[in-house]
Amino acid sequence: MKVRIKFSKEGPMKFVGHLDTMRYFQKALRRAGLPVAFSGGYSPHMIMSFAAPLGVGTTSLGEYFDLELTETVPTAVIEEKLNSTMAEGIRVLSARAVEDGKAGKAMALVAAADYFVEFREGKEPEVPWKDRIGEFTALPSVTVTKKTKRSEKEVDIRPYIYQLELKGDKVFMKLASASANYTKPELVMDTFQRWLGCEPKPFCYQIQRLEVYADTGNENRHDFVSLESLGEKVE
Amino acid sequence: MRKLALNDEILLKVDKAARYIGGEVNSVMKDKEKVDIRFAMCFPDVYEIGMSNLGMMILYNMFNAREDVWCERVFSPWTDLDRIMREQKVPLFALESQDPVKDFDFLGITLGYEMCYTNILQVLDLSGIPFMACERGEEDPLVIGGGACAYNPEPIAPFFDMFYIGEGETSYDALFDAYKANKAAGGTREEFLLKAAQIPGIYVPMFYDTAYGEDGTISSFGPNREGVPEKVEKQLVIDMDKGYRAIEAPVVPFIKATQDRVTLEVMRGCIRGCRFCQAGMIYRPTRERDVEQLKASAREMLKNTGHEEISLSSLSSSDYSGLKELVNFLIDEFQDKAVNISLPSLRIDAFALDVMSKVQDVKKSSLTFAPEAGSQRLRDVINKGLTQEDILRGAGEAFRGGWNRVKLYFMLGLPTETEEDMKGIAHLAERIAEEYYEVPKDQRNGKVQINVSTSFFVPKPFTPFQWAGMFSEEDFVEKAKIVKNEIRSQLNQRSIKYSWHEPDVTILEGFLARGDRRCADVILKAYQKGALYDAWSENFRYDLWKEAFAETGIDPGFYTLRERSTEEILPWDFIDAGVSREFLVREWNKAHEETVTPNCRQRCSGCGVKQYGGGVCCESKN
Repeated sequence: MKVRIKFSKEGPMKFVGHLDTMRYFQKALRRAGLPVAFSGGYSPHMIMSFAAPLGVGTTSLGEYFDLELTETVPTAVIEEKLNSTMAEGIRVLSARAVEDGKAGKAMALVAAADYFVEFREGKEPEVPWKDRIGEFTALPSVTVTKKTKRSEKEVDIRPYIYQLELKGDKVFMKLASASANYTKPELVMDTFQRWLGCEPKPFCYQIQRLEVYADTGNENRHDFVSLESLGEKVE
Repeated sequence: MRKLALNDEILLKVDKAARYIGGEVNSVMKDKEKVDIRFAMCFPDVYEIGMSNLGMMILYNMFNAREDVWCERVFSPWTDLDRIMREQKVPLFALESQDPVKDFDFLGITLGYEMCYTNILQVLDLSGIPFMACERGEEDPLVIGGGACAYNPEPIAPFFDMFYIGEGETSYDALFDAYKANKAAGGTREEFLLKAAQIPGIYVPMFYDTAYGEDGTISSFGPNREGVPEKVEKQLVIDMDKGYRAIEAPVVPFIKATQDRVTLEVMRGCIRGCRFCQAGMIYRPTRERDVEQLKASAREMLKNTGHEEISLSSLSSSDYSGLKELVNFLIDEFQDKAVNISLPSLRIDAFALDVMSKVQDVKKSSLTFAPEAGSQRLRDVINKGLTQEDILRGAGEAFRGGWNRVKLYFMLGLPTETEEDMKGIAHLAERIAEEYYEVPKDQRNGKVQINVSTSFFVPKPFTPFQWAGMFSEEDFVEKAKIVKNEIRSQLNQRSIKYSWHEPDVTILEGFLARGDRRCADVILKAYQKGALYDAWSENFRYDLWKEAFAETGIDPGFYTLRERSTEEILPWDFIDAGVSREFLVREWNKAHEETVTPNCRQRCSGCGVKQYGGGVCCESKN
């Protein structure tokens, strides 16, 4: 049985990095006593695939990994067993059965993600910014310089910003997140601030990831669906 | 959710922020209003090291089993956070509640190794607790030390209110009860310490005075007030079935600890009696845990942690009488659940090789031998009952079983060592290489690789070598060169790699291991100059220590180079560690006669620990 787990990571847990979060779940799955499938060999490992790494300091309400079980377990039981052994700040939000070939590995599916970005106290830009987000979103192109080890190149990130708007005091954004066009919310905000004429202050954002999507549409017409909705409950 | 002591900006700046957030699975949260005693348990090194310490986890579990005590954990902030905490005046905090250490009743510090002594001062400093016990007030936590280095607490005695000598299981309850009674009666700090000093195993340095003679050695040492015992008796669990406090649910770190596994303690003590080994003396008598209890404990801890590996812990697993049964159980029960089984400190014999071939990939693993000395003569001096024949037989069997990597551990600078003994290291490595090439070509696995590693011997308290002299830095380097050159002139030298430890750390360790109260000045001075994390080679700065020696006028050579007379009053003589002085003198003399002493199961050597009435001393001999 292939299972997709959706979980949240909040509070102090945001300081636990991606690799340690994977290790955390490997141990949690054992504590929960779920029939996890292992690879063979002298150092067997769990067959699991995390969707999209989350940076240290970012909280999330929509993290995913896929996992192979050796037998079918009702999804509600999986949720309950895992939640009985979670550390504070981390909750399993859902378990869904996914079909093997069709759904594919979680990581390969990722096409977009939603975020909320807030300015930390005292770290807001010095100029009025809230009413200029619309203007920024209306730009036909947003060019940034991406530095790699060997070269610098100009990239237009505007096509990767699927949505950008103010919701209350927070900035909401839907960004491209596939491996080829993965766009960081910090990059978008930094670019916005520089466009305003402000230099971003260090540690100025508190970022929360809200959801991760697959794209069931095509290049001309996206159809984003949450990774969770690609799976099904099993009784 | 718990509020953290450090703000986001700090936590995002430092390496491995998860070291400082607490909240791990199985960490214990309590309501601080509902407990009488708050205990901050500190391992004065970085989180990943401290979280691998079994003793600390045993006490954490035991203290928290009491409803009136909340025990929390404290570790040394790494150097990056240390700098920020000083700049921003953030007080050191405990991981669970994130409250400042200064708010606690007790600060317990585990003394695992001498090189952590400057980190103790860091912990006090960042907590805002005065360095000197005599300068602390009623509001300061009581600072108590325990662990292996408490067997010579003198170099750090001025920094501690108390030391606990021996195994924590026996006297902590009495100490906590005395603390509560004193608090309820409105007693002072000093009144409590006086009561504590009368609890078995508790040493309160301020109640003891020491005087020195003209030659710099101790002329007298003893209690300075009534009711304080002359001798402090080491504490130990005598009945391992009833007195052992098994851990059910060890804390599971978020980041990878050095020991990222379940540690199953199978026994305490060692029957072997190697004359250099402090653990082998101070943890006497050898006491085994019941194999059925171990099986249940293994199951319980794996279930509660979700660890992927279990490791047996003891000084010499091969001497555990239920080893076969236990190991077979672990393999049968857990191997198909993808749990790795790790068996350190196994003597290489047919059983060990059979087990190892089942639990690890032969091609990737290496064999470890610790002959400790290069010649049979010197191995007799140190009472290391491992012969060249044992090693060659074990290695030969292993080579035929597919192994091709061997690690060899030796010490340089042992008492009576000659050049021939040093060269013997190279010759033994060569003999092992030859043994490999005697295996038919189609049966062996490529080339043999022999890694020879030497450390420099540090004499430790309560060992037969406690009187021995050490060597100077130059002499140590010279010894390593002799080994190196001899290895280079062997036929199979290309198969032999040699590495040796730095001599400067060794000398400092020697100074701290056998120091007296006067040495505290040097430690404080070195710390004030910036010495910290001395156990980490990248942080160790011997230049600061050299300055500290010069400025305090204390000569490290007095403590390291000098061979003591067996008549001398040693700084740790007030501790009754079980093994008698007569036994240690006898062993010191037998070492010079190159005579071995049989192990505890072969024949009792009358070391003195039979007085406890337990363990190997009382095993039936039929």
